[in-house]
Amino acid sequence: MTAINPQPAVSLPRGRPKSKILRRVRESCIMAGLIGCGVFSIATTLTIIVILSVEALRFFRLDEVSFWGFISGTKWSPLLGAEKHFGVWPLICGTLLVTAVAMAVALPLGLITAIWLSEYAKPKVRAVIKPVLEVLAGIPTVVFGFFALTVITPGLRWLHEGFGVYNAASAGLAVAVMCLPIVTSLAEDALRAVPRSLREGAFGLGATRFEVAVKVVTPAALSGIVAAFLLAIARAVGETMIVALAAGASPSLTLDPRSEVQPMTGYMVQIFLGDASNYGAEYYSSYAVAATLFLMTLLLTLIGHRVRVRYRQVYE
Amino acid sequence: MNELASHPPSARSGRFLKDHLFVAVCLLAAGLCIAVLGVLLASIITQGIEHLDTHLLMNPPSRKPEKAGIYPAMIGTIYICLVCAVSAIPLGVGTAILLEEFKPRQKTLARLHGFVQLNITNLAGVPSVVYGILGMTAFVEVFKVMGSPGDPVWTLGTPENWYYLQLPFGRGVLAGGLTLMLVVLPIIIISSQEALRAVPNSLRQGALALGATRLQMVWGTTLPAAVPGIMTGTILAMSRAIGEAAPILIIAGVVYITFTPEHLMDDFTAMPLQIYDWASRPQESFHQVAASGIMVLMAILLTFNAAAVMIRQKFQR
Repeated sequence: MTAINPQPAVSLPRGRPKSKILRRVRESCIMAGLIGCGVFSIATTLTIIVILSVEALRFFRLDEVSFWGFISGTKWSPLLGAEKHFGVWPLICGTLLVTAVAMAVALPLGLITAIWLSEYAKPKVRAVIKPVLEVLAGIPTVVFGFFALTVITPGLRWLHEGFGVYNAASAGLAVAVMCLPIVTSLAEDALRAVPRSLREGAFGLGATRFEVAVKVVTPAALSGIVAAFLLAIARAVGETMIVALAAGASPSLTLDPRSEVQPMTGYMVQIFLGDASNYGAEYYSSYAVAATLFLMTLLLTLIGHRVRVRYRQVYE
Repeated sequence: MNELASHPPSARSGRFLKDHLFVAVCLLAAGLCIAVLGVLLASIITQGIEHLDTHLLMNPPSRKPEKAGIYPAMIGTIYICLVCAVSAIPLGVGTAILLEEFKPRQKTLARLHGFVQLNITNLAGVPSVVYGILGMTAFVEVFKVMGSPGDPVWTLGTPENWYYLQLPFGRGVLAGGLTLMLVVLPIIIISSQEALRAVPNSLRQGALALGATRLQMVWGTTLPAAVPGIMTGTILAMSRAIGEAAPILIIAGVVYITFTPEHLMDDFTAMPLQIYDWASRPQESFHQVAASGIMVLMAILLTFNAAAVMIRQKFQR
């Protein structure tokens, strides 16, 4: 085949060369657009902080509330009764209870599955488990809420009569299922990033697979695993639809997972669904609750970032 | 096989026993994951199969469970996801290009770059319900400086035009879509960054050596090479947007809507909202309709995920 290609490989520019000034103007316009994109992300964060703090301040200036009462009070009854109480602890307690139940299940289960996937499982088995986890990760949270309400709650009530129609345990288990793929995939990434040489060294010293996985690889990947745990906790704290459907709507200061609780996100949904007038104390209280929630997740994200940066071991 | 391995001393056999026990625990954990997914899908299918028919797909919701349909919610979901995609993809890819391709060397600028990066990690961790509140204040009410949604200070067109605009936006399609944009933006940015990072540096150096400016390099070389990765990430982000309920719940509320939205400011409902509405009712029969709705939603999401997997398989090198 020696046919000569009539077209040159590189298409040469034809006609008048493009003006350099025009190109420079165009490029600076595009560059300005790109910088605008970056500014937008910072503006989003700033707007969140400004809105939450301004509206929360407006809430604290109202006659029936005080800042001290908000952060130390143990009674939250904004909608019922003649005297309204705005003590945030029952809501925080609800959030923590649901998160604790979820993490007690999701963290060990997720870590064990991750260790198994990265250290033990054969490629064929991985090819089954990974899609299962991806499908679980893609399921909308409202579906998990429905699952909690129609499967987990009846199941728990069948096991033990003390569980209410709405209870923290059911919501917590559904949140656990939601967090499981996050923990597993992030922890597995951290474990797989540990270099082979560490494993081979341990095997060479006569360690069993269990000892390699648990005593060598897991400690080496600890910073990544802790970061994965913190991210899962942040997701569980901010989870809304599951708790709105399955945890109930009566804020109470309790540590009993069988009882009905109202986490912070559940309260916000209740307020914005129209149980309150648009300008009353209970409406602005949702902003104060949102600010509390935002602070909690911000703290978790920042700690996670710090752990990842500070304690990451870089292997050459 | 040597002698030692087949008749190990007791200390060694204890350690191997531990290994075997651990494998059993692992299998149990992994089996539990599969079992949970199985039970979840089975329970939804058994509850929802009865109401899953064309009547459900083509009709508005009703006060009677056997007549309820999901059509307006489906159209509403399509509209808000279109608004979300049109606004989130350019912004997200633009931010990713800025962060990956224009890393500054100067010290103060580099610090600013790190700050933007940390800020995006942070935005990815903000609960979606907080974005709902942000959207409520910033889009629905426009910080209460522009009058109220019922009495807008500025309008463009009339409610008969599809592009009808008003300030403030009110609880309409545009406000819902833009709020969803805020939720998925960090996801799109992070996945696009990963796609750009995977492009080999030699391509960039080649383009620069031929005399391209940095922007020509990005537009002609880096971006085309990263498109499959960006598309995969974007599709996954959009499937998140389709299933997201909390922010939309704050913006739109659970309202009884039997019509499809006609312009950008029109009231709407979305599939996750409709499902939440049905699931939160006490009647058993509405739970079955909710399960049917979930089956429709999951079918759409699985199609999206399958598309993402196919793109990833096709372009994986």
